[in-house]
Amino acid sequence: MALYLLRRLVQAALILLGVSVITFALLYLLPADPVRQIAGRSATVQTVENIRRQLGLDQPFLVQYGRYLLNLLQGDLGRSYLQRSEVAELIVARLPATLLLMAAGILCELVIGIAMGLWAAVRRGTPTDRALMVSSFVGVSAPQFVVGLLLLYVFGVRLGWLPISGYGTAAHLVLPALTLGLLGAGWYARMVRSSMIDVLRQDYIRTARAKGLKGSTVLFRHALPNAILPIVAMIGIDIGIFMSGVVVVESVFGWPGIGQLAWQAIQRVDIPIIMGVTLVSALAIVLGNLLADLIAPFIDPRIKLR
Amino acid sequence: MPGPDGAGTAPVLSVSNLTVTVGGTAHPRAVVSGLSFDLRRGETLCLAGESGSGKSITSLAIMGLLPKPATRLASGTIRLGDTELTALPERALRKIRGDRIAMIFQEPMTSLNPVLSVGRQLTETILNHRDVSAREAERMAVEALDAVRIPRAGERMKSFPHEMSGGQRQRVMIAMALALRPDVLIADEPTTALDVTVQAQVLDLLRDLQKDFGTAVLLITHDMGVVAEMGNRVVVMRHGRKVEEGETKAFFQAQQTPYAHELLAAVPRIGSGPGRQAVRAFEKPLALEVNGLEVRYPGKGGVLWGKGMPVHAVKGVSFNIASGETLSLVGESGCGKSTTARALVGLAPYSGDVVLGGRNLGGRDAAGTKQAKRDLAMVFQDPYASLDPRMTAGDLVREPLDIHGIGTKSERRERVVELFERVGLSPDAPGRYPHEFSGGQRQRLAIARALALRPKVIVADESVSALDVSVQARVLDLLRTLQSEFGIAYLFISHDMAVVENISDRVAVMFDGRILETASRDQLFSNPRHPYTQRLIEAVPVPDPTRQRERRTLVPVLAAQGAAPLVEVEPGHWVATVH
Repeated sequence: MALYLLRRLVQAALILLGVSVITFALLYLLPADPVRQIAGRSATVQTVENIRRQLGLDQPFLVQYGRYLLNLLQGDLGRSYLQRSEVAELIVARLPATLLLMAAGILCELVIGIAMGLWAAVRRGTPTDRALMVSSFVGVSAPQFVVGLLLLYVFGVRLGWLPISGYGTAAHLVLPALTLGLLGAGWYARMVRSSMIDVLRQDYIRTARAKGLKGSTVLFRHALPNAILPIVAMIGIDIGIFMSGVVVVESVFGWPGIGQLAWQAIQRVDIPIIMGVTLVSALAIVLGNLLADLIAPFIDPRIKLR
Repeated sequence: MPGPDGAGTAPVLSVSNLTVTVGGTAHPRAVVSGLSFDLRRGETLCLAGESGSGKSITSLAIMGLLPKPATRLASGTIRLGDTELTALPERALRKIRGDRIAMIFQEPMTSLNPVLSVGRQLTETILNHRDVSAREAERMAVEALDAVRIPRAGERMKSFPHEMSGGQRQRVMIAMALALRPDVLIADEPTTALDVTVQAQVLDLLRDLQKDFGTAVLLITHDMGVVAEMGNRVVVMRHGRKVEEGETKAFFQAQQTPYAHELLAAVPRIGSGPGRQAVRAFEKPLALEVNGLEVRYPGKGGVLWGKGMPVHAVKGVSFNIASGETLSLVGESGCGKSTTARALVGLAPYSGDVVLGGRNLGGRDAAGTKQAKRDLAMVFQDPYASLDPRMTAGDLVREPLDIHGIGTKSERRERVVELFERVGLSPDAPGRYPHEFSGGQRQRLAIARALALRPKVIVADESVSALDVSVQARVLDLLRTLQSEFGIAYLFISHDMAVVENISDRVAVMFDGRILETASRDQLFSNPRHPYTQRLIEAVPVPDPTRQRERRTLVPVLAAQGAAPLVEVEPGHWVATVH
């Protein structure tokens, strides 16, 4: 077990290294010039060159990356070009909001997705099933900014039930979390349905029924734990999709998280912040996957972590 | 040893005029029609028949577990004591299921829930039907596990199904079914998926428990050997109807209907059988020579990306087959017989020498591999899963010819027609898809495909195991005819000793990746020398109720033994020395 964790953490470090190389290279190749953004339109050529030298952006790629990596290994994510503060501080300040949003979003998608999938599987082939699957399809295919704006318009503007943007109370959380969760809920509903239909055909379900167990016991104790296994593995992968959703949703609802930070940084080519947010997201994805793998043996005793 | 014949007592379970239909109310088609039988206390009634005879549907109808809405109980009554089951609402039926009628199923590997502990699954049943404390339920569960002779029952309660062998799982199923002392136990092919030696133990266990508890057993089986061994009475079914019913002994002495007669005649038996291979002598050249074959599968896990301990599946196997000869490789699951076959056809990496028609395949290059694939063909076990469902039968058989670029298009087409004729498939068959054929026809298709390249050797891995006996007999006949016609050598891999006894010239017995004994068919069956071989042959249920096994004392389980040299005990009869 300890060995397994060690191996996974070493793998995680290598993945982060890979992510840092690729992102850094992409930003280096970007035609947009960060120095222009810092200096402003009216700056002289001399000023621009000075700033470039100051930031070390005149150096070749390998030197720049090497320097960044050395700092990174010491826990230093660098300073923002424009905000005049440490990237780490900026991220730490905004991380709790994003984590809260993600947790709420995952909860939304799991509860809605599993409930819909379960219901559809049990009512398989009926109009209920078809209606659920059509709505899950809508959830999957509608872009998040559209879903977000729609929810915002209906519940925020027309009905006035929930605040349209901001951060602070539970009511503020509802719409962003729902927007984030609906996309995944559609996926999960479909996965749970097919996985559940498959499980309900298994011999051990017949055994459970032959024992004289109640329908609900058969469903929740014997079928669901088996059907949910592939879903658990999915959640780890899902965090990646979630991160991109977070950028959109935080912008739509004015949620002060790292998604918003990233969005602003990208617009202004603030490379240290983009790098920092990317690495933190990658870390979240890697840890999310690890967590999902660590949970799996508790659901299925056949899985051994090696 | 049959229990009380129960004459005069009222039946525990009485099925009368039962009809089950599929296809809804619009186009109903009966899968069970007008079936009636009685089951008395302490009695074992065997419901025998080939696949599609409606025997499993009958058991589900009794349990009230017919798959809905696909099947419907159209008419008839099912009485348990004084209770009419067909009239009961689901809620009341649930109280009876698992308590007064219990059931065990064919597949012990899949019939237990993989994510719940054995103890949990056992106590769950008890708590569901009895108003007892959790502790009392646990005590009852341990007692039930003890009764099915699971060693260290208390500890095993925490085990999960995947930590147990197939035989143990089936014992757990039996424990679960009998924990509440039901009036009726329905056993649907309870030993079909088990190895013969395990089957013998489980059948013994069932019989003992029945004697102790007085349970009435409805045993559903396709195996006439099991019927002879277990049944007091037998009901033979075909196409959903009862064909014949009678006392087991009388039934085996004289069948009243031609169908039952044919059914029994088709059962392969050790030491007889009309289709038995005559003794033949073979000269060289050898078609296939295998020397010191070893197969290791890489293990999983290890530090970082390293490999774990490899699995040593075949540990040095040597044999040879002459042209036109049949060598059978027998053994129980996990002995390495299928891995050997896979290695021969190039599906598993191996070390050692495989000499095919004088050419060593060990260091084969691309061209050599292709040639080897022409000379060595394989027919797999499952005729449903081993044919691509999206290709027509004609394409399937022609594909090897295409791959090897043999003949022109029209020549290939002619060859396909010829092959279909050879294996006894109708001329319109090439245009049809695999799902339009029956199991036996599909296996003929697989054989036609194997024959396409005129191979020197055909490896048949459990090729008739999934077939009904009557179909099995015809496919075996076909294999024999083709062999005498083309002089093909067969490597016949099977767990079924009776089939092996019928088709083989020589037999090799495998255990734990090694050959323990090899001899001519007659030597091996009349004079088995290795204790494991003796046990394997004795464990086979014999379709003759008068010939009860004297096998109460089975040789204790053979521990995996090391490499023991084979010693020739008589000409052509080699046995591993026993420690």
